[in-house]
Amino acid sequence: MWEKNPVLLLILATGTILVGTMVTMVLPFVWVNTDADRIEEVVPYTALQQEGRDLYIREGCNNCHTQTVRPLVSEVLRYGEYSKSGEFVYDRPFLWGSKRTGPDLARLGGKYPDEWHYKHMESPRSMVPKTNMPAYDWIAENQLDPQMIQRKMETLGFPFTTEEIKALEGKNEMDAMVAYLQKLGSDIPWREASATTIVGELKNPYPDVTHSEMEAWEAIYQDNCAACHGEHMEGVIGPELVGADYEEEILFEIIYTGIADGGMPSFSNLGTERVWKLVNFIKYYNKEEGH
Amino acid sequence: MENQGYNYAIVRSFVTWSVIWGLVAVLVGVIVSFQMVAPDLNFAPYFTFGRLRPIHTNAGIYGWAVGVIFATFFFMVQRLCRVPLWSDKLARFQLWFFNITIIASAVTLLLGYTTSKEYHEMEWPIDVMIIILWVAFAINIIMTIMKRKEEQMYISLWFMMASIIGVAILFVVNSAAMPVSLFKSYSAYAGTNDANVHWWFGHNAVAMALTAPPLAMFYYFLPKSTGVPIYSHRLSIVAFWSLIFMYLWTGAHHLLWTPVPDWIQTLAMGFSVMLIAPSWGSVFNGYLSMNGQWHQMRENYLVKYLILGITFYGLQTLQGPMQAIRTFSAFIHYTDWVPAHIHMGTMGWVSMIAFASLYYLVPRIYGREVYSIPLANLQFWLILVGQLIWSISLWVAGVLQAGMWNAMNADGSLTYTFMETMVEMYPYWWARAFGGLIYMAGLIIFIYNLYMTVNKGKPTAAQTAAAVGRA
Repeated sequence: MWEKNPVLLLILATGTILVGTMVTMVLPFVWVNTDADRIEEVVPYTALQQEGRDLYIREGCNNCHTQTVRPLVSEVLRYGEYSKSGEFVYDRPFLWGSKRTGPDLARLGGKYPDEWHYKHMESPRSMVPKTNMPAYDWIAENQLDPQMIQRKMETLGFPFTTEEIKALEGKNEMDAMVAYLQKLGSDIPWREASATTIVGELKNPYPDVTHSEMEAWEAIYQDNCAACHGEHMEGVIGPELVGADYEEEILFEIIYTGIADGGMPSFSNLGTERVWKLVNFIKYYNKEEGH
Repeated sequence: MENQGYNYAIVRSFVTWSVIWGLVAVLVGVIVSFQMVAPDLNFAPYFTFGRLRPIHTNAGIYGWAVGVIFATFFFMVQRLCRVPLWSDKLARFQLWFFNITIIASAVTLLLGYTTSKEYHEMEWPIDVMIIILWVAFAINIIMTIMKRKEEQMYISLWFMMASIIGVAILFVVNSAAMPVSLFKSYSAYAGTNDANVHWWFGHNAVAMALTAPPLAMFYYFLPKSTGVPIYSHRLSIVAFWSLIFMYLWTGAHHLLWTPVPDWIQTLAMGFSVMLIAPSWGSVFNGYLSMNGQWHQMRENYLVKYLILGITFYGLQTLQGPMQAIRTFSAFIHYTDWVPAHIHMGTMGWVSMIAFASLYYLVPRIYGREVYSIPLANLQFWLILVGQLIWSISLWVAGVLQAGMWNAMNADGSLTYTFMETMVEMYPYWWARAFGGLIYMAGLIIFIYNLYMTVNKGKPTAAQTAAAVGRA
């Protein structure tokens, strides 16, 4: 039988391989990327964003960053709304990745202001002190090639205008990269929908904290806030915080949920306890009289 | 004399080049492992982690593993069929084209020409080259089998044929792309479809390039090394058919909890668990072949490599299905646990079998005794210890990071920021880099030992007899 007939063995082996292939690889095309999982709001990338995506690919960002949020509690809390099939219909190739040396980026768009990204790409450790991300300052020196980008858009069949292509003139790779990062996961209005609603009364758990007790909390500020608000709260990308006169509860809400479209990311992943420590630190640490 | 007009020259060449590319793969691996802990070691634009890591993986798979496949398959097919290779010219072309393809891959990846699809990063012109290469290889192996003098086809030939067909189907389908230029293309599939096609490829590349071929080698070189036949031919047949049937259903276990339809994930999970059976069929076949021969573990370094190799295969095929279960995947996926799993497979299973196979065939194709068995033993311990440090440190790291990612406070808020979890990884990443260095030391000893065998090894008895006969 087959152990004496190589042609028969090859045919049988091919057939055997094709069974699982047909069911799990070919069959899904019937449902995936059809009306079954279409999302109206999802639009193709603009020329600038697509070029940024191609740079993300060129630099192998997907080796360290994933782009898919799983429907798991801790994951949705950390990154945002879980990913849906219809959000990826314009992704060629997919960039879901397989390893999170750095954080997931599926919901990065709109989290930080553009300026944060420029500075972070230029010098990652200036924004995130202990990160191992390599610097990509050098991509700002490379000008975009509008003609090539137009060809790419044509190949992909994405809509574009001649003005859009002309506007690429004079832009560099950093601009494209940031444009792409700011688009990630932002087609669906998830941020508004999932903004944490704080239920019940907010109550400062440290009403009688002393200045010396707060010294230990400075590290939380320096690790998470200083890059944008300055080492001494003097303000850099974000506003100055010295003398910021917010109610405790308001300040808590701003830090915990962020300001959507205001450039202030949510710091809910610090946990409520540390957010309260920040509230106290920011509000009272620099005030002689304490509270 | 053993050589009956067999083409051993081509085997020698492929041994040489596979070992060279193996060293490149490990060296680049060590470099990127240090980049993880010392980001200043990234030298833009060419020598950054993002560009080097695909060179590490592709040099390992296409240079080292596929190089060893070419060498050992050409050796085994001639011996098992009792005929010389079908075409020496085609094989010679394949050798040159193989090296050109690997060099072109490395250069283009350094330049940033990549599709980004893991283990399939090379752009479309190189995909075309790889397909040409594989077709040349397939024709030569299959035609040699067609004109064989040995009627019965040994199990190793089955695994070889399945591997040839499997790799061809997987690679062609996953290569489909829309070219923009010579150096840039877009996948023919989009989003979720692309992910599903890709991991159907990705996981089965592991099956067809990194499982079936080492099994072909194991089933051939274990009996050759021990001098006793394989325990059960029937068991190997059952393992063969069930293995190649079940593997193809499991790709989506790389995509658990992603937007890929749930039923595909569930099938992948179920088949992954079922896959333990055929995998362990071969493991048991190996162990039971050692009945009454276990003393050879002490006496015969080849057996030591082969049995440790199949043991890591057994561990790999238990750990793999475990990770393919939704609940555990939810916890562990995307952490450093996963590279540790992969490296147990590549450094432990695939490379152990490859080392044994090359140690077996080099003395025979050169007609010289192996230069130093003590060095072979030293290498064994270095690669074993290096790999264990590598994997165990990252398993611990993975569990630690997963635990921190999932940790929540009493009020339901997260306990740690991402960076707080990442900084905890640094000590383990240092340990991993150190393990990689030890492994590389073992590999360098291997290359030295092979080099000395070829150049300084004592002629084997058969070789001496032949020389006397000719005189």
